[in-house]
Amino acid sequence: MQDIADLYQAVILDHNRRPRNFGEMENPDRVAVGDNPVCGDHYTVFLQMDGDRIREITFHGAGCAISKASASVMTSMLKGKTLAEIKALYSDFHHLVTSGEIDEGNLSDLSAFAGVHQFPARIKCATLSWHAALNAAERPGEEPEPVTTE
Amino acid sequence: MKKTMTSIREEFPVLDQQVYGHDLIYFDNAATTQKPRSVIDAVSGYYEKDNSNVHRGIHALSHRATEAYEAARARAAAFIGAGSEKEIVFTRGTTEAINLVASSWCNRYLKPGDRILLTEMEHHSNLVPWQLAAERTGAELVFVPVTGDEGLLQLDRLDALLAGNVKLFAFTHISNALGTINPVAELCRRARDQGVVTLVDAAQSVGHAPLDVSGIGCDFLAFSGHKMCGPTGIGALYGRRDLLEALPPYHGGGEMIRKVDLHRSEWKGVPHKFEAGTPHISGAIGLHAAMDYLDEIGRKAIYSHDRELGEYAAERLRSLRNLRLLGPPAERAGIASFHLPNVHAHDVVSFADRRGLALRGGHHCTQPLMKRLGLESTVRASFYIYNTKEEIDRFVEVIEEIQAFFG
Repeated sequence: MQDIADLYQAVILDHNRRPRNFGEMENPDRVAVGDNPVCGDHYTVFLQMDGDRIREITFHGAGCAISKASASVMTSMLKGKTLAEIKALYSDFHHLVTSGEIDEGNLSDLSAFAGVHQFPARIKCATLSWHAALNAAERPGEEPEPVTTE
Repeated sequence: MKKTMTSIREEFPVLDQQVYGHDLIYFDNAATTQKPRSVIDAVSGYYEKDNSNVHRGIHALSHRATEAYEAARARAAAFIGAGSEKEIVFTRGTTEAINLVASSWCNRYLKPGDRILLTEMEHHSNLVPWQLAAERTGAELVFVPVTGDEGLLQLDRLDALLAGNVKLFAFTHISNALGTINPVAELCRRARDQGVVTLVDAAQSVGHAPLDVSGIGCDFLAFSGHKMCGPTGIGALYGRRDLLEALPPYHGGGEMIRKVDLHRSEWKGVPHKFEAGTPHISGAIGLHAAMDYLDEIGRKAIYSHDRELGEYAAERLRSLRNLRLLGPPAERAGIASFHLPNVHAHDVVSFADRRGLALRGGHHCTQPLMKRLGLESTVRASFYIYNTKEEIDRFVEVIEEIQAFFG
């Protein structure tokens, strides 16, 4: 039997209590919103870019422990990464939260989300901020429409 | 109660199971209740012995199905104290019953500038249909405010609101999100005094409390079978006969017509003119069994049992630190809704689930009310005839465990 601690690993609880890179950014190059209308999770991701490389990233908003910790871990890992690197990392992360399998060594703290696959209703919590960040990184210029993970 | 708690629990097969290695505690009754054996047997018995279409066939099975379907209608009329079975329109549930009135009544009677009065505590099913009606007719929506965390209607504002060109007042009997019990008879009287038509959303009350439409004095009342031990997909609209007779049909199709020509048709009388297409026959039969079951226990007994559990849960939750309990200080239905400042509702519900405890977390289809309370979501425990104080004690233990875990 899987226990609740499989979902709420120590890393997740820590990032939920003390989210990193949490706050609005004064002069972002790009901003994107992620909404989960079913549970009311709502985050904004702020980016400053050097070309297609993320220089600074912060997030702001509210939601469950899984969504908040995921956004926090994500922001601490995406700084300095290019769009192609972000996409590759998201692909590994998505595989992790849907299968529970840890393929690569570069997931680092993201591997704390392996237990999410046992809780299918919570997969969208884990991926919400990623959708927003990718949306912001991919689309320069105007603020994009909010992404939703319904 | 004539039955004992043990015998009631044994009549609900679904309760006898473990979830993640723990005895199931089902506290999501405001969303849907469980079904007793007699309801399950009535539905399967119909399919095993009598299945046929109604109102058309001349053969024996069709006759039996028609009799059973219409007997369920008469039973529903008696169950809520309606004067005649012609005042009962079967619908898919509360939502469709409200949509019927919001469509047929509003289209016939409302004109631009007229007002529909609602309250801030309505379920989306008693809000969105009126928004659509307002859009179609040019009418405006106005709202009776809610006091805040106590979740009471600000009734001192009611008469002035009603006087402002309001034509119809629709409100909930019991709030699904807060457990508030509204004084429906008083609300209907005050509306009637000003010539305003009333609709009561009884989804949370009809299976939980004695209910009599003549005593309440409402014009319309809507309810669902699945929140009162019956099947999903069946419910009813009660409407005063003269009002129903004056309304145009809601849906068109078979079953509801008397005569059809290529360009126009004549329809049947009430209530059949509102029931186009093959109805949910097994649902009506299951609902009949559910009403019999509830009256066997006694709705007065159910009401006091549910309220006792609601009060007990509220009292236990008030003793916890860092917990914001919502809903009325007294006169609470069997619903306890609360917010933990340090833990998101969905984390509470996921955690509780792994302890065998079925709770609900979210906005409970009352987003405007949540906004009014400054919340995104709450955790809700809602009780019914088969729940016990021991289960509430276990629930409070789990909440304390959750607070410590996320603390």
